[in-house]
Amino acid sequence: MIEDDHPASLLEVRGLTKSFGPARALAGVDLDVRAGEVHCVLGQNGAGKSTLIKVLSGAHQPDGGEIRWLGEPVNIGSPVAALELGIATMYQELDVVDGLTIAENIYLGHEISSGGVLRRGAANKATRDLMKRLGHPDLTPSREVGTLSPANKQIVAMARALSHDIKLMVMDEPSAVLDSEEVDNLFRIVGELTEEGIAVIYISHRLEEIERIGDRITVLKDGASPASNLSVAATPTRELIALMIGRDIDQVFPPRGVVAADAPVLLEVEDLALGKHFSGVNLSVRAGEIVGLAGLVGSGRSEILETIAGYRKATGGSVRVDGVTLPHGSVERAVEAGMGLSPEERKSQGLLLEEPIFKNATLSTFSRFAKGGLLDEPAERRATAEQMTALHLRPAEPDRVTRTLSGGNQQKVMLARWLIHGTRVLLLDEPTRGVDVGARVEIYGLIRELAARGTAIVVVSSEIDEVLGLADNVVVISDGGVVAKVPADQIDEHGVLDLVMKGSAA
Amino acid sequence: MSEQVTTTGEAASADETPSSGGRRMRLPSSAGRSAGLVIALLVLILVGWITAGSNFMSLDNMLVILRLASVIGVVAIGVTFVITAGGIDLSVGSVLGLASVVASLGAIQTASEGFWPLMVFAGIATGVIAGLMNGLIIAYGKVVAFIATLAMLVAARGVAELISQRQSQVVVNQGFKSFFRQEPLGISIVIWIFAVVAIVGWFLLNRTTFGRRTVAIGGNSTAARLAGVNVKRHTMYLYMLSGAAAGIAATMLLSRTTAGIATHGQLYELDAIAAVVVGGTLLIGGRGTIGGTVLGVLLFATLTNVFTQNNMSTSVQLVAKGVIIVVAVMLQQRFANREGITSP
Repeated sequence: MIEDDHPASLLEVRGLTKSFGPARALAGVDLDVRAGEVHCVLGQNGAGKSTLIKVLSGAHQPDGGEIRWLGEPVNIGSPVAALELGIATMYQELDVVDGLTIAENIYLGHEISSGGVLRRGAANKATRDLMKRLGHPDLTPSREVGTLSPANKQIVAMARALSHDIKLMVMDEPSAVLDSEEVDNLFRIVGELTEEGIAVIYISHRLEEIERIGDRITVLKDGASPASNLSVAATPTRELIALMIGRDIDQVFPPRGVVAADAPVLLEVEDLALGKHFSGVNLSVRAGEIVGLAGLVGSGRSEILETIAGYRKATGGSVRVDGVTLPHGSVERAVEAGMGLSPEERKSQGLLLEEPIFKNATLSTFSRFAKGGLLDEPAERRATAEQMTALHLRPAEPDRVTRTLSGGNQQKVMLARWLIHGTRVLLLDEPTRGVDVGARVEIYGLIRELAARGTAIVVVSSEIDEVLGLADNVVVISDGGVVAKVPADQIDEHGVLDLVMKGSAA
Repeated sequence: MSEQVTTTGEAASADETPSSGGRRMRLPSSAGRSAGLVIALLVLILVGWITAGSNFMSLDNMLVILRLASVIGVVAIGVTFVITAGGIDLSVGSVLGLASVVASLGAIQTASEGFWPLMVFAGIATGVIAGLMNGLIIAYGKVVAFIATLAMLVAARGVAELISQRQSQVVVNQGFKSFFRQEPLGISIVIWIFAVVAIVGWFLLNRTTFGRRTVAIGGNSTAARLAGVNVKRHTMYLYMLSGAAAGIAATMLLSRTTAGIATHGQLYELDAIAAVVVGGTLLIGGRGTIGGTVLGVLLFATLTNVFTQNNMSTSVQLVAKGVIIVVAVMLQQRFANREGITSP
């Protein structure tokens, strides 16, 4: 962690502006980067992130404002000038040359040579050292870059940046092409860079990543920086969302409804237990109520939802939907009773990615549309199109392949599935994971709307702030058990963490 | 001369199959994906015509090819369902042998003297029971399909040997024999059965809730389960279906060989799986095509026929078959990778 009274900044940007003809791409950006920190730059598409990168890397010249490097005003006239200062950039569209080998790519433009003769052996040795440092000794110097996966090409691009003596590395949405394991490796490398004192500017629109690796944040919105150099630890998610979309904080989450005291209890969980994972979980959710489960990663939140839904077979306790007790371990019966789970990993647990939207939307109900076992696809398409319109899922093409949808729209397909089904108890595990910020706010609204229509909803999120903003009541989980149930408007993030700590101490 | 034929044949398949791969990228429908197979088949027919002339290009020979394809075709259609759901059934060949033995048991033949369909029923029932056991072991016993059906492959053959005491059981039931001797419209009843099974199979896979469940389980069994599909029960049904198909095929084979023998159907599982995979059904599940399977079966049957017509050894046939399987699977993997499914 970097102290707030840290000495001089490595990079200071003040009032940076840049226009392309009449279009104003940067309208006054302020930003400080210190040695050894991960400085996240957040913003929606079109907020000016790419232009900012290009100015810092010397590809574009700013119209106004000031850039100071190690306290001195500088003019970054070209990409070479940027590299000479010690600023390397890793673009999203990886600018590696497919036809060349890994070593040739890394030393492209600054080949190791003596008297005009390439010293291939030296370049190969240096490449091997770089790859070892990046945790990829398998990427040997002579491999052709065109044969590598996007993740490995990214490693090559990173190695090329490190082959210069750099003090600042700019990464433009590096996780966009990676799967979760590769993201872990990326974060490990970022951690090692910062330990060596190299600063990283990390561009992203994924809030969950920023919480994992970021030290400070600058938010871009319409070319300006409404907030610069915020501390990650001290800035709640809802504030970031509000800054990114340019709304007030109280508009990020929809207003809570009033849950009638006599509203029927649709979900009752009593003393539910699952082996070593958790035990003694009690929950009751009324029609129209949103209950959030809050707890640390590994506290068993997802397992609780999966057990309620019958995906895991409970070892004790009971689950009742609208008064009907469900057998343990039967998703089928739970769905029949009117319960639906939108799982944590939408892609691997929720969707048939290669199939059209409508087959995903009717995955729970295609039998209901069918007559005597014969599918009625036109009716399925109609029902899907109807829900797509209601959920603002555009374009409303039920035949589109599900893989091509954005994270937010894929989540809407999951919601459509349960809406068509007429689910009365909805379990949502990380409903906004991988969903960009604009769509998040929309999904919050939809969830609240479902509750207003009388659905009982349980939400699990790793962002405590999201749980607090969305839910009526918060159930705090610690060490595999419920430690408290509190109205969401009477507790804040610290309160929840206090309860978590107390729970695990007890 | 024979050497020349081989090169032409291989060049033809090597030229055609990549183009079918190209089509796969652009045409998402199974019809589009089968276009390459149709072309490969046509080229093969052309090769047969050029090399063997009217011996090959006659209606009689075409019917021979279809008859050759029928038994394995019915087996392959059953296997298509299992593979589409992401499973595998290695036991179909042995189950076919066992079913042929049960259907031709002296007692059964005598009992069905006045009602020959009893023999057919006995064959199919044998297949269904073997499939039920596969299904129970896989779905509820949580044994990997490859292992469970491998065990059944061994065990069913053993049971067949025990029952038949390693003797051929000659079919003497006149009703059975005369039924299968029929040739409506000049086409053997065996071919008609293949056609009916193919059409019913296509309908079942593409137009019914059963088919939708099958594809959903193969595409993402977790998602299917969380959506309320009873994955275990359906998995069991699928192996029963595959067993039933093997049972039907057993009675078809019984009519041709007129004897139930424990060794019937040896290596049929491999031919069937090869036809399914070459046809374009994804081995990892989630996408299945009955039309492709039929074309795959016809492709192999025609290949065999062309080679036989040219008096070429079965050894060369086996090599050609192997090449076709590898090329088809490589294309499939490429197809899968393009869609973002990374191989381990």
